Amino acid sequence: MRGNADAHQLIAPGSLAAVLELLADSPGEWTPIAGGTELMVAFASGKLGARKLVSLWGIPELRFIEIAPASIAIGAGTTFLDLRAHSGLAAELPLIARSASWIGSIANQGRATLGGNLVNGSPAADSSPALLVYDAEIEMVSRRGRRRIPYAEFHLGYKRNALAADELLYAVHVPTRFANHRQYFRKVGTRRAMAISKVALAATALLQADVIGEIRLAAASLAPCPTRLYRTEAALLGQRVTKKSIQVARRVLLAEAQPIDDIRSTAEYRRRVAVNLLEEFLLELSQEDTPR
Amino acid sequence: MSAPWPIIRFTVNSESCAVQVPPMKRLLDVLREDLHLTGTKEGCGEGECGSCSVRMNGELVNSCLVPVLQAEGADIQTVEGLALNGKLHPLQQAFLDCGGAQCGICTPGMLMAAAQLIERHPHPSMAQIREGLAGNLCRCTGFMRIFESVLAATTQTAESVPAKALNAR
Repeated sequence: MRGNADAHQLIAPGSLAAVLELLADSPGEWTPIAGGTELMVAFASGKLGARKLVSLWGIPELRFIEIAPASIAIGAGTTFLDLRAHSGLAAELPLIARSASWIGSIANQGRATLGGNLVNGSPAADSSPALLVYDAEIEMVSRRGRRRIPYAEFHLGYKRNALAADELLYAVHVPTRFANHRQYFRKVGTRRAMAISKVALAATALLQADVIGEIRLAAASLAPCPTRLYRTEAALLGQRVTKKSIQVARRVLLAEAQPIDDIRSTAEYRRRVAVNLLEEFLLELSQEDTPR
Repeated sequence: MSAPWPIIRFTVNSESCAVQVPPMKRLLDVLREDLHLTGTKEGCGEGECGSCSVRMNGELVNSCLVPVLQAEGADIQTVEGLALNGKLHPLQQAFLDCGGAQCGICTPGMLMAAAQLIERHPHPSMAQIREGLAGNLCRCTGFMRIFESVLAATTQTAESVPAKALNAR
């Protein structure tokens, strides 16, 4: 353990309003910490730059799952175990429930929060591809008020996001109108449990008279941040799923993907796996009556 | 940063505790250094190996990833709290009987993860055991003896366990 607890301040105001006051009074000075599954790792290795931390753990206003007629709202402090345990969520948004079951171990899932996963902004984040193909929106909050943006516009680059210095991620709003879409999410990692993904691909698509009428594709680790694959989507929109259209889509994705090269895998491996995942999804899509 | 540090209160194995330490101090270090409960082990220190697993408010956590301030008011259970009145917990007995412990470093974490598992699933399948213990690494046993120990502790007839465990592979 190279971290020095004496060198860091940590406070727990206990309510959302109190945290927002603190952030508003000294923007940029305090780093929020929720379940600690990211920041405490940095702390232990002596690499936690933040000297002043404010705890979001146990703030009830941030931990909720609310089902509305056309969408589901998930509080930023909701843990992945909360997401897994919620039966309504698994029925409406199966890709989110599945990604929650992939994250780390049971111990990690009970502490790691959806908001933490998104604000941390790892290119390999497990929950991000699902949120992207569901057209999720992000709600942010500060003393100035609340605002919503599409999740696809939240990440601005490697570990950079749209949050202002006095803002917190408050909730994620996920539309439930994708129930009749074919849905796909596959993660490729070193082993089934506990492994951070090398690459993951999520997709939702709707066939209308054998033609792709809607399609959304998103990936982990194919860019410096979680990303939609708009060019590959455009290549498939309005097409039938044929050997030819699959080949074209593979080529477009090969060109569109800008994979990261890191300790977990190489960019080349990620590119090759990604196009194979895309083909797997398209083949599933072309087979009618196959259960999702 | 300068003292005085806040007084942080919680219960460990049903006993009230109060510590005055830096709030960022890891729960793991507070348990071991301040409360002298050295059953909880440090392995990787980054949430990968599960050696430091304890239960906090009924959930399994890696105590190396919990700043102690976040344990304020919590109900903590460590491996020291498993045995009751000098009698081993059925899981502990099964680990002894089935060779589930070798060097012992992973054992407290394995026991706590298994305790968490059987609270949710009193008669877990092999698949549930594997998932429940996926965050706990062991470098001695090859895991099968550990899985069989959990199965033995949760199965009525201990004699039938090896066959069942084999089938589940």
